Amino acid sequence: MATLKELSTREFNISSGHRACAGCAFPMIIKQALMAADNPVVVGCATGCMEVCTTIYPYTAWKVPFIHNAFENSAATVSGVEAAYQSLRRKGKIDKKIDFIAFGGDGGTYDIGFQSLSGAMERGHDMLYICYDNQAYMNTGIQRSSATPRGANTTTSPAGKESFGKKQYRKDLTEVMVAHGIPFVAQASPAMWSDLMSKVNRALAVEGPAFMNVIQPCVLGWKYDSSQSVALAKLAVDTCYWPLYEVVEGKYKLSYKPKEKVPVREFLQKQDRFRHLFTPKNEHIIDEIQAEIDRKWEALLAKCGE
Amino acid sequence: MSIRVAKTGNEAVAEAMRQMRPDVVAAYPITPQTEIVQIFSGFVADGLVDTEMVTVESEHSAMSATVGAAAAGARAMTATSANGLALMWEIVYIAASMRLPIVMPVVNRALSGPINIHCDHSDTMGARDSGWIQIFSENAQEAYDNTLQALRIAENPNVLLPAMVTMDGFIISHAMEVMEILEDEKVREWVGEYVPENPLLDVDNPVTIGPLDLYDWNMEHKRQQAEAMVQSKAVILKVAEDYAKLTGRRYGLFEEYMLEDAEVAVVVLGSTAGTAKVVVNELRKQGVKAGLLKLRVFRPFPAEEIAAALKHVKAIAVMDRSDSFNAISGPVFAEVRSAMYGVQSAPAIVDYIYGIGGRDVTPEHIRKVYDDLANIAARGKADRILTYLGVRE
Repeated sequence: MATLKELSTREFNISSGHRACAGCAFPMIIKQALMAADNPVVVGCATGCMEVCTTIYPYTAWKVPFIHNAFENSAATVSGVEAAYQSLRRKGKIDKKIDFIAFGGDGGTYDIGFQSLSGAMERGHDMLYICYDNQAYMNTGIQRSSATPRGANTTTSPAGKESFGKKQYRKDLTEVMVAHGIPFVAQASPAMWSDLMSKVNRALAVEGPAFMNVIQPCVLGWKYDSSQSVALAKLAVDTCYWPLYEVVEGKYKLSYKPKEKVPVREFLQKQDRFRHLFTPKNEHIIDEIQAEIDRKWEALLAKCGE
Repeated sequence: MSIRVAKTGNEAVAEAMRQMRPDVVAAYPITPQTEIVQIFSGFVADGLVDTEMVTVESEHSAMSATVGAAAAGARAMTATSANGLALMWEIVYIAASMRLPIVMPVVNRALSGPINIHCDHSDTMGARDSGWIQIFSENAQEAYDNTLQALRIAENPNVLLPAMVTMDGFIISHAMEVMEILEDEKVREWVGEYVPENPLLDVDNPVTIGPLDLYDWNMEHKRQQAEAMVQSKAVILKVAEDYAKLTGRRYGLFEEYMLEDAEVAVVVLGSTAGTAKVVVNELRKQGVKAGLLKLRVFRPFPAEEIAAALKHVKAIAVMDRSDSFNAISGPVFAEVRSAMYGVQSAPAIVDYIYGIGGRDVTPEHIRKVYDDLANIAARGKADRILTYLGVRE
């Protein structure tokens, strides 16, 4: 990857003036991802916050070619763009090396766009899919997705007298993508920008499909002060709630090991979506969440040979 | 010199696709379209065409990838039938609004349910308001010719709309007939080099495609889309004229068969036109002034032209191979009757829904329609608007 000095000379390929909420973490993810690309990039994006906030006609915040098609087909759409590129390049109509990135939120990736993603990865298109995982349908007003963690209060998994929020644990999409046997799969956090950018850079260098799952704190959905997005993105990593790792050509590698694993309670406490767990009635859910994180973290360490 | 061959409709369309050399084909198999994808995959595998074949995991992704490829600046195609078209639905509308000149053969099949694999027009009739040009074919020759013409129509700068070319499932898609195809070089010249407008892959001139378009601009964009459809009519006729010079085969918005002096007329689309022509010939021998209007272009709908062609007859029967479930009639009838509104002493007009789910339509059925029309013409009125033809009820 380019040095820090070189990076400082690169232009941001997303402009200011987009309409994301104050403190929203996805513009950081876009900046870091696009800046990490050595070649020109064409971007596709699923319907959702990112598309809605960056492309209100007649304005666009994108300084690179950008296509939005629909909600569930970011991967299929970019696979078509990439197929066109392969075809036109073979015919000598394009000589530049171009990289392709498809973005989708967790709803557009884990749920409604899952088939489209799985198909595109299986077909082996030379593209990077980045999921900005804010853990619920935030654009439509905080409805639960299969990426929503157990215990979270959302508008369709509300906490109430008989409910502690979402009952189910998250779908582990990163592992599902590992099971696709694609050359590059990774988890990243915008708080650890150097790690995220290095992963994007290497993912784009891979010939074939790559998938990155990036956690994205959401001010409105997670309910915290807008100054705390990066701190939460870091805490997610330090609690091992969101481990940073990569699986390159099937080989697991831990990207970051917290010196001291912070109890998940501290991550949950800072977000009002989990406020109802901090009651005598629901306290045991926090213990269960901690136990699940511990179990998965140990399993990951074993896979990484740590 | 054209080449005489024996081909099924699916083979003819796959051959047209090979000759047109699309940059990208993204497709998913569905009966009765499957053969098109299979045959074309074989062409790619044998190096007979230099196309990037994207074997997607669903029709939704087929249309999504085709949109991506077309937006990227490629000549992109797909093909489908029935439920496949239904699964594409959302993106079918988006393709039109993005003004992408995609050509899509649709092999007509009954839309589920109940599930059925045979021909009716419920699939494409459902997509009639999606903003696609729709061209129907009577036989494999027309499916081939229409596919070649559709590309020139869709890519015309005054149009830039996607186009569906339909043929009746099994009846055309799987039946072999003797037909003429062009030499590869002639097709190459006919389709020419594609120069896309503002392609996504022009990284030096970045464009944003598919932005959020709210109340301050959305209506202007839909208005432009509507205008493109209006403009397409002249382009369709011009392309047909050029195609006639190339092949000697003439096409219009519709075909008039023995219509000039007809007293009773049937309006029909697709393969049933062939059966109906046989009946018209028989009736003419018996001295009945029977005529036929075979609709070729359903979108844009040639309302004025239809009115002019039918205004002199005494009674008209529209034959609908799908139902609207609007408790009145099938979709083609609604449009034809609307076209006839305002015609002075307009002919009586009735609808026959027929051939649903592949129900066979025979010359006897059509003879009955003409018999009914003779009766209606004599009395100057019809007792009922809608008849289901060949149904047990």
